Amino acid sequence: MIWVDTIIQGILLGGLYALFAAGLSLVFGVMRLVNLAHGDLIVMGAYLILVLVTLLGLSPFVAVFVAMPLMFGLGWALQRFLLNRTLGDDILPPLLVTFGLSIALQNALLEGFSADSQRLPTNALTTASVEIGSITLGVMPLLTFASAVLVIVGLNQLFYRTEIGRAFRATSDDATTASLMGIKPANIFATATGIALVIVTIAALYLGLRANFDPNIGPARLIYAFEAVIIGGLGSLWGTLFGGIIIGVAQTVGAAINPEWQILAGHLAFLIVLLVRPRGLFPRAND
Amino acid sequence: MITRRKLLKSTAASGLTVAAGGLAAPALAQGAKIRLGYVSPQSGPLAAFSEADQFIIDGFLGSDAGANFEVIVKDSQSNPNRAAEVAKELIIDDEIDMMLVASTPETTNPVATTCEAEEIPVISTVAPWQPYFIGQQGNPGDPGSWRPFDFSFHFFWGLEDVISVFTAMWNQLETNKSVGAIFPNDGDGNAWGDPNVGFPPVLDAQGYTLTDTGRYQNLTDDFSAQINAFKAANCEIITGVPIPPDFTTFWTQAKQQGFNPKAASVGKAILFPQAVEALGDQGHNLSSEVWWSPSHPFASSLTGQSAGDLANGYEAATGKQWTQPIGFVHALFEMAANVMGRVEDSRDPDEVAAAIAATELSSIVGRIAFDGAGLPPFAVQNVAKTPLVGGQWRLKDGGGYDLVIVDNSDHPNIPTGGTMEEIAS
Repeated sequence: MIWVDTIIQGILLGGLYALFAAGLSLVFGVMRLVNLAHGDLIVMGAYLILVLVTLLGLSPFVAVFVAMPLMFGLGWALQRFLLNRTLGDDILPPLLVTFGLSIALQNALLEGFSADSQRLPTNALTTASVEIGSITLGVMPLLTFASAVLVIVGLNQLFYRTEIGRAFRATSDDATTASLMGIKPANIFATATGIALVIVTIAALYLGLRANFDPNIGPARLIYAFEAVIIGGLGSLWGTLFGGIIIGVAQTVGAAINPEWQILAGHLAFLIVLLVRPRGLFPRAND
Repeated sequence: MITRRKLLKSTAASGLTVAAGGLAAPALAQGAKIRLGYVSPQSGPLAAFSEADQFIIDGFLGSDAGANFEVIVKDSQSNPNRAAEVAKELIIDDEIDMMLVASTPETTNPVATTCEAEEIPVISTVAPWQPYFIGQQGNPGDPGSWRPFDFSFHFFWGLEDVISVFTAMWNQLETNKSVGAIFPNDGDGNAWGDPNVGFPPVLDAQGYTLTDTGRYQNLTDDFSAQINAFKAANCEIITGVPIPPDFTTFWTQAKQQGFNPKAASVGKAILFPQAVEALGDQGHNLSSEVWWSPSHPFASSLTGQSAGDLANGYEAATGKQWTQPIGFVHALFEMAANVMGRVEDSRDPDEVAAAIAATELSSIVGRIAFDGAGLPPFAVQNVAKTPLVGGQWRLKDGGGYDLVIVDNSDHPNIPTGGTMEEIAS
């Protein structure tokens, strides 16, 4: 039974990683931009929710809906006025700019909120659990996983069922031709980053409810998100969810053998997938 | 307003000895101010340790003895390489007379090593003495090769104290003596879990069984494996030295997965009230080592303030709850004033080092003397031990937590505020 428990816990953990990764995957899929500040943006989102919770006395689950439009606006402006200027044939400028952004964000948060570790106010829900047979599962990890699946389903609907989704795909395939058809890539990119930051806000909610966060914790969150995106195949949203689950299960199974193996097992799984399928499990055909 | 001249004249006239707070010392009469370098992690992951720095330094410079000093503060950015670099800057560019350094081996060790190489006296604190002393040796694995330092001095407690405090707290409870340990793969975790100098031999001797699942990496997101192992071994006590986010993850998951130990005595993670508050109401009756509290019966040699006064002053000035490093950072500056009060020439490193070694100071953290009390022979020259007791975090009405001292078996002069309570499941 321990093994069943281990694997289920791993799948639930994978939901968290997928949630961290979904925004990254979206931005990469649309504009080939690797946002190294993604982890710090999640931490910033968590602080934003914390501020709303403290100032307005809202529940974190309500505050997240207030934070979403704010984060969308921020993402839109960030892409429109900063990141768009770095996009081009050379892949180095966006990397450098987002790397710099990551450091600037960390220090701004440190200045504004001090180094104290924070957590979103929790209630009984945090430690609540449900029993399924002999396995006890936390309600919070289940919610996290459900949210991850919802986010991926939502993004897929957006991509394949709506006009803006069509514009996303067109711009992603060929920005020049898309702009001949009356699509403004600059605005499309800005909208995509805005949506990515809405997902970041959801990730921030679960990050903040799950454990402590402080201004410096972002980069550590980025690496699993990044691995999940790569394992899943760049640009594939379901792949990202699957990639997150692979890392999560690898970690819990590794830990069950020996806790020293936990993190390493996740990284090894990533390397093995890269060796066998260098383009990830579900790469988009035309990249 | 007491000026330095006036003070020196009056204390000399009244025939006070140098021992009286070190105010009448010859080195203080040399005209130029004595330059102290101070390195601490003011930004980065360790920054919580340094939140009281400015408050303490302002208080020091505002005191009578402090007026003779200039303090040059540098930020290690929680990075050992950066700490060594700023130490060098302080020694070469700022030409300091003495170095002070606080908070975690990641800060104290690089600075102390740099000072030792540059022959500048250095006093460090807020790091257990084993990582300070052994961590700076060329070959930490070979006790035969360990050498004492000439210019580096350290005051704090050691691993043996924390083991003694934790077991004393557990002995107050009715348990099955089955202990589960979460030791991370870092300097602290490896030392606590060491089969020779860590928890295992002592627990064995006292009849406890230890379930140690192995060293995990910091910032782990899942502790199901450990929780399953602890459940299987029917552990009623938890110990460890995780970083705060990892303990929150562990403790939340333990509750989610129905694991409810009677006691959880954890180092490092629940040192600061903010970290306990992050657990919501799940932090009640968690226990930790206490190195300093407002109820410690000690007073500052610098200002005469009691421990309680200092903590109240900090809370009034900043609106934040007191934290343990406050007392120790204050004591560092007490040491500086006391030592410089006993030397002729503050610029002579040999004389200053000799004065540090001869210190016998009643400070706000207790007695500091390099007399080797409670230490193995190799560390006698460089380390002074300060008292350690055990405390439990208790939920206050209306939110927040108070740290209540529940065990003082090693230092009965420090009053307890209650007895050890079981964690309600």
